[in-house]
This record gives sequence, C-alpha cells and structure tokens, in this order.
Amino acid sequence: MASPIPISDDIEVPRSERPGHVRQRAGEATQAVESEGQAGSEAAGSGGTTTSEAKKSDGTSASEAVESKVQAASEGLAIEVEGGLVQFGQQTVLRGLSVSVKPNQFLAIVGRSGCGKSTLLRLIAGLEKPAEGTVAFDGTATTGLRSDVRIMFQDARLLPWKSVLDNVRIGAPGGDRSKALEALELVGLADRASEWPAVLSGGQRQRVALARALAGSPRLLLFDEPLGALDALTRIEMQELIERLWQERRFTAVIVTHDVSEAVALADRVVLVEDGIISLDVDIALSRPRDKDTGFAYYEKAILDRVMTRSMDGTAAKDGYSI
Amino acid sequence: MSRRVKWKQNGFSLGLQWLIPVFIVVVWQWFGSLGWISNRVLPTPLSTLEAGVKLIRNGELFGYIGDSTRRALIGFAIGGSIGFVLGFLNGIVSLSEKLTDTSIQMIRNIPHLALIPLVIAWFGIGEEAKIFLVALGVAFPVYLNTHHGIRSVDPALIEMGRTYGLKGFALFRSIILPGALPAILVGIRFALGIMWITLIVAETISSDSGIGYMAMNAREFMQLDVVVLSILLYALLGKLSDWLAKLMERSWLKWHPQYR
Repeated sequence: MASPIPISDDIEVPRSERPGHVRQRAGEATQAVESEGQAGSEAAGSGGTTTSEAKKSDGTSASEAVESKVQAASEGLAIEVEGGLVQFGQQTVLRGLSVSVKPNQFLAIVGRSGCGKSTLLRLIAGLEKPAEGTVAFDGTATTGLRSDVRIMFQDARLLPWKSVLDNVRIGAPGGDRSKALEALELVGLADRASEWPAVLSGGQRQRVALARALAGSPRLLLFDEPLGALDALTRIEMQELIERLWQERRFTAVIVTHDVSEAVALADRVVLVEDGIISLDVDIALSRPRDKDTGFAYYEKAILDRVMTRSMDGTAAKDGYSI
Repeated sequence: MSRRVKWKQNGFSLGLQWLIPVFIVVVWQWFGSLGWISNRVLPTPLSTLEAGVKLIRNGELFGYIGDSTRRALIGFAIGGSIGFVLGFLNGIVSLSEKLTDTSIQMIRNIPHLALIPLVIAWFGIGEEAKIFLVALGVAFPVYLNTHHGIRSVDPALIEMGRTYGLKGFALFRSIILPGALPAILVGIRFALGIMWITLIVAETISSDSGIGYMAMNAREFMQLDVVVLSILLYALLGKLSDWLAKLMERSWLKWHPQYR
C-alpha cells in the first residue's frame, strides 16, 4: 500500500516583506555588485582576480541593461551547511558534510550518481531534514521550505492542467499576473503564455519552470540537474540563459550536475561530492562569458580526472571514506 | 481549418455514430411491415412511436420520465458524493483507509440488486427504496476511481507545489483534484450507466410510477408497444447521460492531449 499524500506540511512562508525588500535594494544595485565582486576575489584566493574583474564589469553592464524592465537587485543568500548528516533508513547519504557558499556565488556540485549530491541540494532546499548538523542562511539556522529559496528539478514539473502563464503564477507572490508575465519575458516565452504545457518542447518547459522559479525573485536558486534531459543544443542555450539571468538578477545559485563541462561553464566554484562528503573544492578562475579554450579544458580535465580516479590527493582519504 | 470544413467533419462523424442505430430501426420496421416479425412478438418502430404519441397526449409519458429521472439524479447525487468523499479521504488519510477500506470492499462485492427484497422490507416500494439502491450502485465506481485518481497524482508535482508554499486546500485545489479528475470522470461515466441499470430493475420489481413501472404495467395488458417504448427510452436516456459525461470530460480535461 502506498504512503498517503502529505497534504499539509510545515512550510515557512515569510512571503510578506519580499517586494519591499527588493525595492529598497534596487538603488544600491551597482554598488552591491561591485563590492560583492571584490569580496569574491579576495576569498577566492589563487588566480581568482581575473574572474571577479571580468564578472564585475560584465555583471554591471548586464544589470544596467535590464534595470528598466526588472527590479532584480536583491542580494543572494549566504549558505552555511555545517556537519550535515542525512540518512535514509540504514543508509547514510551525507556524512557530516560542511560547505559554505557566499552570497551571489554560483556553485556547482558534481559527483558520480548516488554520491549524495542531489541529497545535499535537497538538504539546502529544506526538502530533507538532517539527522545531525545544521543549514543556515545568512547566519541564521533554518529548517523547512522557504519562499526565497526556489528549486528547479530535472523534469520541469509543470501542471498540465494550467496554462503556461498560470503555471508561472504559482511562483509569483500572491499569484501576481504581471510578475508572472515579466518572468516569462525573461525566458523569452511571453508569447506562449496562454498555451498548455503539453504543446511545448522539453527545453521550453524547462524555461517555463525557470520563469516560475524566478517569478518570486528568489535569493537562492537551486538546480537539480535541470538540463539532464535536454538535447545538446538546447542545453547550451539553457546554460547561457541561466548564466545571463544569474548575472542580471543577483541570486545565489547552486547547480547539481553530473556533467563536469557544464559545471565549469557555469560556476564560480565547483565542489565534488564523494561518499557523502566534499572531497574537492575548486574555484574556477575563468572570465565570463566562458569559451571552451585551454583554460576551460584545464579545469574540466582536472576535475574529471579527480572524479574518475579519486586517488590523486589525500583529501578524501583524510576524511576517512572507504569504498 | 476553416469553420465550414470543421462543421462538415463533425456532421460526418455524427452521421457515422448514428448509422448503425438508424439502420437497425429501418430494417426492423421493414421486416415488421412485411410481416416477418409478428406484432405480438415485437411491435414495429412506427407502432411504438404511435404508443409514445398516445402516452404523451394523456400526459403519462413525461410524468414517468420525470419520476425516473428525478430518482436517478437524487440517487446519483447522494451515492456520488459519498463515493467521492470516501475516495478522497482514503486516498489522502491512511488511517481512514485502514479503517474503512475492508468494509467498503466487502459491501462493494454484494450485488446491490440482490438487496431488493431487504430494501423493500425496509422502505416499502416508495421513493427511498429506489434512491437507496441507485445511491448504493453509484457510490462504488465513484469511490474506486476517485481513490485511484488521488493515489496516482504525480508525487513530483505535489513536491513541487510544496516547495512553492502550497498546502492544505490550495494544494488540493490546484494539484490533487485536477490530477485526479481524469480518473474521477471515468468513475462518473461508469456510475451513470449503473445508475440507469439499477433504476430500471428497481422500478420493474417494485414501483407505482416511472418508466420501469410503465413497462411492467403495459406487460400486464400485453401492450408490447409500450414495453418496447420504455426499453428504447432507457437506451436513449443512457446515451444522453453518456453524452453529458463526455461533455464534462471535454470541458474539464481540455488540457489533456487525449481529450482534445
């Protein structure tokens, strides 16, 4: 017999103050971006300077370009996972994993299938509860779902009985129509607003899901292999879209992917999850938009080698994992 | 597609749907007027029509149809609501399912028409008996399909709804109910069929009005044309309710590629 559907669950929904917050921040947008970029470069350490330099100039011009249309200059959330331990029955999926993500950073989590990378994402999203350890946003510990954190899944999860626009309205505060339309415009699907999701292609559905996630101006956007089911060309398009929107709207982004090349193309920082802990943490010091040049290939190869051999350095062994 | 072409296509498909019934009636009339089928075995469509006209003139026919329809609808409303509420509850609350499912399955497997003697003993041959039987017959297909529909709502969509802060009634209204609706409507279609069948039998055995009563009464006087008329009426009413169910599917399941 299947388990019953949980119709009610504890969800933290502090939806109230968001719009005010956004408006208040809008004036300080450029400044915030710049100081953010500097903070990023200082902390990034080796070779991080070029990245943040490039990001700074890029991000500023992009945000200026869209400022007339979108009031997007909210601050991303800082994430702090401390000793996260997640178990499913007898099986321990995350073994006291710790990771911290700076505001507005783009983090990619890579790893082999079954390593716990999706569980880590669900832990951050509040969909899983840790047996031990804490998740904190901006320094305050949190559990459960929040309205300023949105998650995009591998499948678009659109409601087939709602039109494209009504699907996006689910993500807009109070079901606001104009906010939903605005979000659809961001992903270039405003002209499909009245259609059923069933007539859209896979890539378009994922873009609608992205619009739904963006409609509430989240401060943290989590991607659970959102491009895994798309063909190669659509994938590149989506990567560019996600990168552009991330630069324009200033949110913290965490993407889970098994595709190392995708991780290097999108992220400021790539972490590798192996056997429930983080065994590799690399800052990607490449300018944006990223070309697949030698620098790109260097990072891709380094990470991929590490994923495949898992014995290059002692990081993992030090943390005491076993096969 | 231009409107005219579409209309033509609809007309064509309507013609196809009614081709066989019309053909049978024509052949039946033809055989009857040739004398191949005795009027005492099966009256011709024309004489059945005549009987119908006579009954319309003296006002009995619509009275009987009205009585039957009212019983059918009241029974359907009661049984359908019970089935829906139980199916919904048991689909969501596992305690409620553990508590009631066994009993429901046992009652479901009793042929409800076998209860007629008991029902007559309880309610006599009044309205309650027939409404009770119809409600009992209708409740189970609605229950089963609602339960199944709610269980088969994609959990991924419910999880999505929860991440967007939907809970309680909002979650039910925007995700669970529409997701279960295709199955619920299948249940309603089944139930509409069972509704008429139950009512026919109940009215035939014990009644003082309604189409079933009209048929039994006519049999006493060997008015076979009236008997055939009431049988044809049941067929038409059945078709009518099926058409209504289809209409509901078309308008509520517009989003579903299968119903477009």
